[in-house]
Amino acid sequence: MADLTMRIWRGDQDGGELVDYEIESQEGEVVLDVIHRLQATQIPDLACRWNCKAGKCGSCSAEINGMPRLMCMTRMDQLPDGPITVTPMRAFPIIRDLVTDVSFNFEMAKRVPAFNPPPMPEGGYRMQQIDVERGQEFRKCIECFMCQNVCHVIRDHEENKANYAGPRFFIRYAELEMHPLDTNDRRELVREKMGLGLCNITKCCTEVCPEHIKITDNAIIPLKERAVDAHYDPVAWLGRKITRRTKRSAAEAAADRP
Amino acid sequence: MADYEHHSYDVIIIGAGGAGLRAAIEAKQRGLRVALICKSLLGKAHTVMAEGGVAAAMGNVYPEDNWQVHFRDTMRGGKMLNNWRMAQLHAQEAPDRVLELEEWGALFDRTKDGKITQRDFGGHRYARLAHVGDRTGLELIRTLQQKAVSMDIDVFMECKILRLLRDDNGAVSGAVGYWRPTGEFITFSAKAVILATGGVGKSWKYTSNSWEGTGDGHAIALWAGAELIDMECIQFHPTGMVWPLSVRGILVTEGVRGDGGVLRNSEGKRFMFDYVADMFRAETAESEEEADKWYDDHTAGRRPPELLPRDEVARSINTEVKAGRGSPHGGVFLDIASRRSAEFIRRRLPSMYHQFMELAGVDITATPMEVGPTCHYIMGGVRVEADTAATGIPGLFAAGEVAGGMHGSNRLGGNSLSDLIVFGRRAGMGAADYVEGRADAQTLDVAQVQSIIDESLEPYTRETGENPYDIQRDLQELMQSNVGIIRTGSELDEALVQLEALKVRVDNISVKGGRVYNPAWNLATDLPAMLTVSTCAALGAQARKESRGGHTREDFPKADPEFGKVNMVLSQPTGSGMNADVKLDPQPILTMPDELKALFEEAK
Repeated sequence: MADLTMRIWRGDQDGGELVDYEIESQEGEVVLDVIHRLQATQIPDLACRWNCKAGKCGSCSAEINGMPRLMCMTRMDQLPDGPITVTPMRAFPIIRDLVTDVSFNFEMAKRVPAFNPPPMPEGGYRMQQIDVERGQEFRKCIECFMCQNVCHVIRDHEENKANYAGPRFFIRYAELEMHPLDTNDRRELVREKMGLGLCNITKCCTEVCPEHIKITDNAIIPLKERAVDAHYDPVAWLGRKITRRTKRSAAEAAADRP
Repeated sequence: MADYEHHSYDVIIIGAGGAGLRAAIEAKQRGLRVALICKSLLGKAHTVMAEGGVAAAMGNVYPEDNWQVHFRDTMRGGKMLNNWRMAQLHAQEAPDRVLELEEWGALFDRTKDGKITQRDFGGHRYARLAHVGDRTGLELIRTLQQKAVSMDIDVFMECKILRLLRDDNGAVSGAVGYWRPTGEFITFSAKAVILATGGVGKSWKYTSNSWEGTGDGHAIALWAGAELIDMECIQFHPTGMVWPLSVRGILVTEGVRGDGGVLRNSEGKRFMFDYVADMFRAETAESEEEADKWYDDHTAGRRPPELLPRDEVARSINTEVKAGRGSPHGGVFLDIASRRSAEFIRRRLPSMYHQFMELAGVDITATPMEVGPTCHYIMGGVRVEADTAATGIPGLFAAGEVAGGMHGSNRLGGNSLSDLIVFGRRAGMGAADYVEGRADAQTLDVAQVQSIIDESLEPYTRETGENPYDIQRDLQELMQSNVGIIRTGSELDEALVQLEALKVRVDNISVKGGRVYNPAWNLATDLPAMLTVSTCAALGAQARKESRGGHTREDFPKADPEFGKVNMVLSQPTGSGMNADVKLDPQPILTMPDELKALFEEAK
């Protein structure tokens, strides 16, 4: 018996609408299971991106009842009764149905000056667990891009995208900044070109992160402090002038990019 | 007449998991024009699912570890069917490849003195797996992805390759495919092609593989004239989730057992002690007390039987369930809750904790998990030359899961991530050496390209016909029941008959709608490859009348030394494609040199 209504956004870049589909519920399912059953039985051409179906690849991001979630990790029995609304991520251009064009993120990835360690000593680098753990938190990121999707700097302001890396890449910059081995200095770059100052720490990104990364507290705020320190602190400025630099400048680092 | 875009490169790499990325980095470092092509977005490949770690005899935890021990473990795990040269290169080079990842930004967990720490896994004599909690695959793919992006390698995302092309001399010359987001066709001409397409698990009902594991690389290699070997050797990982049904098959890392988890049946018995094969008796604990001492100090006791190679554990679970001693949902219990503190479990196994909490509503720090075998990995694959990853076709290379030989009839946990980086690099080197001094690839044969395109569009030309999802479901049911973890001759014969019937149905698929991101059409273009690899698996399983590693015959329950001397070689000598005949030809395995044979004498 069809006891479940799935209200799914169908359409493409020219427009679309919410369409209701009736299907029977089954025990223990997640939203992605129901989407798959709809594809197999009613809507073979329903476009939806997915891969691992275990919360590890970050492909199946969508907005479920208005909340950005991974479809593969959202259990049907934990959603409220009534129709379940599934819509694509809103911050990115639509390709079709639930699939969006997330290439903005891959472009931003290209603009990150590469990791640049000193030559490896015989037998490998030595690092302490406590030092690698800070970066490891950010490297848990599965690139579902839901933090980018909810960030109001770009969600409602397409014009900001050219100069705003977004939370996903702020944690990448923070990770490199805190990496025990890295020698590139990207602090000016994130302040000037990556729009770090546009973030006003509303923590929407942290709230939707399926990996529970404390994006705002552990990455963005420390990164803001470091970028501001580097730029405005006269003592630090003087210090940089008279002591030996341990990190390469942002300009030098950026020049690594082809 | 369909229009299509065209690109020309020195090397194209099909597949952007660990092996494809590593191959692309190597070829690019040699100054070549490189394209990386993948069916999904970059960084989403199945490599992210690898949890426990990457095996490398670095000796950071046990200094007595070395490549010879790793080599021996790998060969014994594979029941000696392995390509010995691949196993040797793998054991020798894995430590350098792991260290190299840290040069590119990876952050592995550390020992107290700041080196990369290593964990225990099944079949490995020493703690050997470099890891990052239980998300090592993600660390590996992200590191390689970020390295590749920093090198400005051209990436073609969400691009499916349908077929390879060869020139008049028989050398590979390019590939034809389409963009999934637009449905538009695309061709590549290349001096060399590296296949790194991963596995085939999507043809089974319960699998840890994603939708991408459709055996594209295996199939297009076979169709282009390359040989496949030992396609019957398929690993059923012993611990997949079994409940709820919707998550059945999702992997539960072997790290749970490496960190102290034990398997129990419905009577609460730690049953693995009853299933220790003679080959492993000398090094396996005889009592729970002895086994429990081993976790903290490997010299105080012998290994717990839960850490036998995966084929042994999977078969044992299967036997317990069949004997009526299974868990309520048809698995057995994997218990770490009663053995380790909640804090320890959450720190060492964070994604397992979340996976069970969020998908099954089970707190693994308080209750045991229900687990059972799931189709996980194919040991068989494209026949390659160990040092260069070259196939029998000039210009065609293969690395990672799509290549056969490295793991023999059963792969040890942790040996796949190391396989990717060792042989991904070697494939990149092999292709670069091959390309050197070669003229640009010949222009592609327009008629051939057009016929490939037309074939892929046939589902749109039929008003009515088969639903591709129905065929996929029936294929998965068939492979699960007839070519599953335990096989018999009559069921395999039946499977081969049924597969032919499914092929007829594939030729009658009808698809509606446009070509823009249409998953029904995408599946229709994946099905020919799925049918081809399924046929190869069934043929190999029928011919190998013995039980060895990931291939178990109920009617031939013992390993047969005669079959241990041959690879089952598959080819298409008289045609090409899903409907062409596949020929099976047993051929002698490579002979191991005496100095390596001696390693096995010493171990006795």
